[in-house]
Order: sequence, then C-alpha cells, then structure tokens
Amino acid sequence: MKTILKTTVAASALALTAGAAMAEGKLVIYHWFEYIPQELLDTFSAEYGVEVVMDTYDSNEALLASLKAGAIGTYDVAVPGDYMVQIMAGEGLLDTIADGELANKGNIAPEWADPSFDPGRAHSIPYQWGSTSFAVNRDAYSGDIGTTDILFNPPAELSGKINMLDSQGEVLAMAALHMGIPQCSTDRDQLKALNDMLQEAKTHWASFNSDTAKEVLVSGDAAVGQIYDGFAAKGREEGANIEYAFPSQGYIVWMDNVVLLKDAPNRDNAIKFMDFLLEPENIAAVTNYARYNAGLTGVGTFLDPTLATQPESNPPASAGAGVFIEVCDQATQEVYDQIWTNLKK
Amino acid sequence: MAGGGATGGSVQSETYREARTLLLLPAWVTLGLLTLAPLMIMLIYSFLTKEFRGGVIWEFSLEAYDQFFFDRGLFGDEPPKIEWTYIGIFWRSIWQAGAATILSLLIGFPTAYFIATRPERQRALWVFLVTIPYWVNLLIRTVSMKFLLRDEGPLNDGLMSIGLISEPLGIVNTNLAVQLGLFYSYLPFMVLPIYAAVERYNFALSEAASDLYAPRWAVLRRIVIPSVKPGIIAGCILVFVPSLGSFLAPDLLGGAKTFMIGSLIEEQFKGNAGNWPFGAAASMILLTMVLILLMVFARQSRKEEA
Repeated sequence: MKTILKTTVAASALALTAGAAMAEGKLVIYHWFEYIPQELLDTFSAEYGVEVVMDTYDSNEALLASLKAGAIGTYDVAVPGDYMVQIMAGEGLLDTIADGELANKGNIAPEWADPSFDPGRAHSIPYQWGSTSFAVNRDAYSGDIGTTDILFNPPAELSGKINMLDSQGEVLAMAALHMGIPQCSTDRDQLKALNDMLQEAKTHWASFNSDTAKEVLVSGDAAVGQIYDGFAAKGREEGANIEYAFPSQGYIVWMDNVVLLKDAPNRDNAIKFMDFLLEPENIAAVTNYARYNAGLTGVGTFLDPTLATQPESNPPASAGAGVFIEVCDQATQEVYDQIWTNLKK
Repeated sequence: MAGGGATGGSVQSETYREARTLLLLPAWVTLGLLTLAPLMIMLIYSFLTKEFRGGVIWEFSLEAYDQFFFDRGLFGDEPPKIEWTYIGIFWRSIWQAGAATILSLLIGFPTAYFIATRPERQRALWVFLVTIPYWVNLLIRTVSMKFLLRDEGPLNDGLMSIGLISEPLGIVNTNLAVQLGLFYSYLPFMVLPIYAAVERYNFALSEAASDLYAPRWAVLRRIVIPSVKPGIIAGCILVFVPSLGSFLAPDLLGGAKTFMIGSLIEEQFKGNAGNWPFGAAASMILLTMVLILLMVFARQSRKEEA
C-alpha cells in the first residue's frame, strides 16, 4: 500500500514538473501579419528551447478589441503602434518592465529611449519605425506627387483608382495634414470642413483596404494607394512601377513596439524574447525583411546595403514634417467616429 | 404495414417517455449555451452604457438605440431628426442580399432540377460536384472571385480577346461584384434544399398534366413549383439570411467603401469606434428583422397547407 502511494505521489510530481517545464518552454506572440521572418522565430526557438506560437491581427484597433474582449492573459507580447501603446497602458493592459530586467535595454537608440507614448520605456521596446504616406503608379501618372492632393483632390487620370487604408486613424490624420488643421481639432468649423472635404474626396476613391494595400498596387487594380513605406518598397521590388510620396503638407510617422502584456502566461520567456530583439543582429533581420527601420544603435553593419539608399526611407528636401498619430479625448474622438461613419455610410 | 408502424412508434414513445427528457438534454444544453446565452448577452449589452474604446459600463442606457434612430448632428447637440444613415445601410444590405437570393434561385432551381432528373446513380456525383468548391475557406473563395473579376483578370481578358468588349468592365468595387460574390458563396444552400424537394416530387404528376394538354410552362408553374415550394423557401432563407450579415464579400469585392450591416457591426467591436452597445443594438435590430421575416414565411406556408 505504502509503495503504491509513494509511486503515485512520485508519478504526480513527475507529471507536475513535466507540465511546468512545458509551460516554461512556450512563448505566445500576438503580432501583425507578414511582419517577422520565420527564420528569426526559429532561431529564438532553438537558442532558448522555447516553443513559439504566433497569432496575427490586422490593425491596432483589432488588437485592442481582442485583448479587451478577453484575450488578455493568453498572450505574452504584442506589437502595438505608438498611439496604441499609450492607449493600452491607459487601459491597464500592459505589464511594467522593472529596471535591469532587460540586459540589452542600453541598445535602444537615444532618440527612441524616452518616447512620449511610453515615457522611460516602462512597458515597451522599439520594434520598427517608418512612415505612412502613399505610392503612385508612375505608368498611370507622371506629374508631381509631392502633395496630398493626390489622395484628396486627385487629377482626373487618377480619379477612381485610389485605394485608402481601411483605418480611421491613418485616413483622418492624413486628411488633417491635407487641410493644415490639428489632428484632434475641436474647432467646429474645421471639423465640418474636414467632413465635407472627405465626402468630396471619397467620390475619387475606389476602395478601402489595408491587408491588400500592396497587392492592389502590384496588380494594377489601383494606381494610387495609401501605404506604409516598407510595404511600398516591397511592392516596388515585386515589380510595380510605383513611387512612394513624401508630400509637402507632411506625412505620418509611426513606431511599432514590442510590449509586455499584463498577465503574460510566460513572462520570463517574454523578457527573453524582448532581450533577443534588442540585439542589433536580430532586429536587423526584421528590418531586412520588413524594409522599415530599427530603433537600436549598432544595427548598421547587419543591414542590407540597399536599405540605406531605398527611396522610401529617404525623404527629399521638399518633404513636410513627419507626425505621429495623436490620441484624442473621448468627446473629440466621438466626433471623429461620426465623421468616419459618415464617410462610409 | 403503415398502421403497424404507427402503433409500434407509440408503444416505443410510451416506453421511453422518461428517458426522452434525458436524451434531449444534450440538444437543449447546446441550444441554450451556444445560441440563447450569447443572444442574451447581446440583448443586455445593447441596453448598457458604452465604455470608451470598447467595453461596457453596467448602467442602463437607451443611448445605442437612440443613436440608431435619431440624428443629432455631427456634434450631438442639434434637435433630433430621423437618422437615415443606419436605415440606409440596412436597406442597402437587404437589397444586396435580395439580389443575391434571386440570382441564386434563377441559377439554383434549374441546377437542382437537372440533378434530380439524372439517373439515380449519377445524382450523388452531381451533388458532390456542387459541394466541391465549398471545401475551400470562404475567404479564399471570395479572394479568388476578385481575381476572376478584376480588370486584368481572366473574365475581362477573355471578353476582350474575343472582341465582345474593348474596355475592362470595371466590376470590382461595385455592388454587382458584391452580389456576384454573395451568390457564389451561398449557391449550394439554394441548390441542395431544392434538389431534395425535386427528388421527392412525383414526376407522374407532370406526365398526367401533359396528358391533359397542359403546356410545359403551366406544368412547371402550377404543378412542379407548388410541389417543391418548401424547398425553394428553405433555399431562399438559407441564402438570404447569411448574405444579409456578410462582411467578407462587401469588404473584398465591394471595396469596403460603404458599410453593410455586417461591416457596420464589425466596426463597432473591432474598429476604431469601439462602441459595443451600439454594435449589440444593431445586431438585435437585425435579428428582429430576420425573425419577423421567418415568421411571415412560416405563417404563409401554414396558411397554404390549411
């Protein structure tokens, strides 16, 4: 009897430790689609003996909605954009990284070490940064593209051939730049004018699509497309005769960041993964794949040399300022929601 | 024979009366947990206060329904007028779904009739062929449809090479593309119930009518169609209802320029608006409409039976 009991206890203990070991060996990532090379995940997996599982989302808002609807506690890390880091921190969805937890934190480039959206990098590390503007098919149009008129008041040959991102933040921020008004404007006349301008501009647009923003340009379904810089570079490399524009009115700058999620089931592995991505060689692999920019120092030697000269990363002198998307307060945001609904009704 | 069967049945039901409750329990639990519980959550959420950026605050509010029916201007402080935006979105969705249903019926009925009139051994093969494309995910099928229809796609290339058209038709990003997408997505839901009905139809009735000098059109209209009507109604409901809430076809084929009911609701939960009570209210209004529609159909068919 005693022997049996002993064996059972030993077996249960074994099962328990085995279970714990398996839990230790896992990392669950919630990431954008098409944004990390599989080889890099494999390297991490092999180096640390961790099984990597990844789910994807297609917008910052979809990420927030899914976490708020109950997915928090399932994932260890996610990759929200700048303004969404601020929103998620405000919603209490992020865990704090204690001082000294990240061995490689010193690799963060000084200009990204203390950003306005996450002071002191309490919850996040840089992933990639870049810009959002638009690309134009040069077979369809050879004129000047350094103006937001291409999107909102296009020449006749581009009318009806424009794809916009299906994202309120990016469309309305670009529209504010076009009109020269502040992003979270509360001025009634400005907001009415913005609403009217968008109604008029929409008559020139063919579609709203984010997932296929690159494909519609490569296939020729659209001649103009609102797009991220790296996506435009990839489209160009896939053979589309497209040029990425830096309008004189300005363009959107963004930074995606790896955040430590609250209640991460594998917090230790999440920290390991963040440290892994803070190594210049590893984040350079992401940059080479996604064609954006890393926010670390010492990345240069690992980068594909064509990246330094790619037109999508080098704004001309005529370019306006790059601006982050701003977070509006509730009352203001509700007006912008209304404008967006009016646009799509 | 028939009488003996009926008696046997009633004896069995006596014997198993007590067991029946137990045997039905899994069905009731499934229905309750998977259908009624989510619906109740939606119903409750639609009467709660919205939380900024998604979520609900547990305070009773009619705000969501107010937003649906009343327009208070861009800044929410004008005297209320009737809000046409959402009614318009619902109307457009009904119209699209209706067009897709009629299209499915026009193609689906002859297809089903054709299959049901093949020799018995061939029928299974034809039904199998109809269902093959549906082994593929709906998203993939919708994207494929876009590849077929686009300006540089095989449809336009084909028509241009045989000289029927000189310019691409420009179907993608129009309502027509959405209707074609919905039609293609749900066609088997039309074919299969009609096929089942036509297969049970006694073709001797058609022959008898012809013997009595009924023209072919009259045979179809006055004998075949009334006999297979339950199948047609089932098919129409099965195509219309999912089309009404669909958002893949409008997004991918229609260019997402205008909200449909499905994409409007999706935006409330997944998009920037993050207005869960409003999304729930729009869902409840949609559900009510569909229920009324089904009840009208049910009453109609009961009246005809009587």
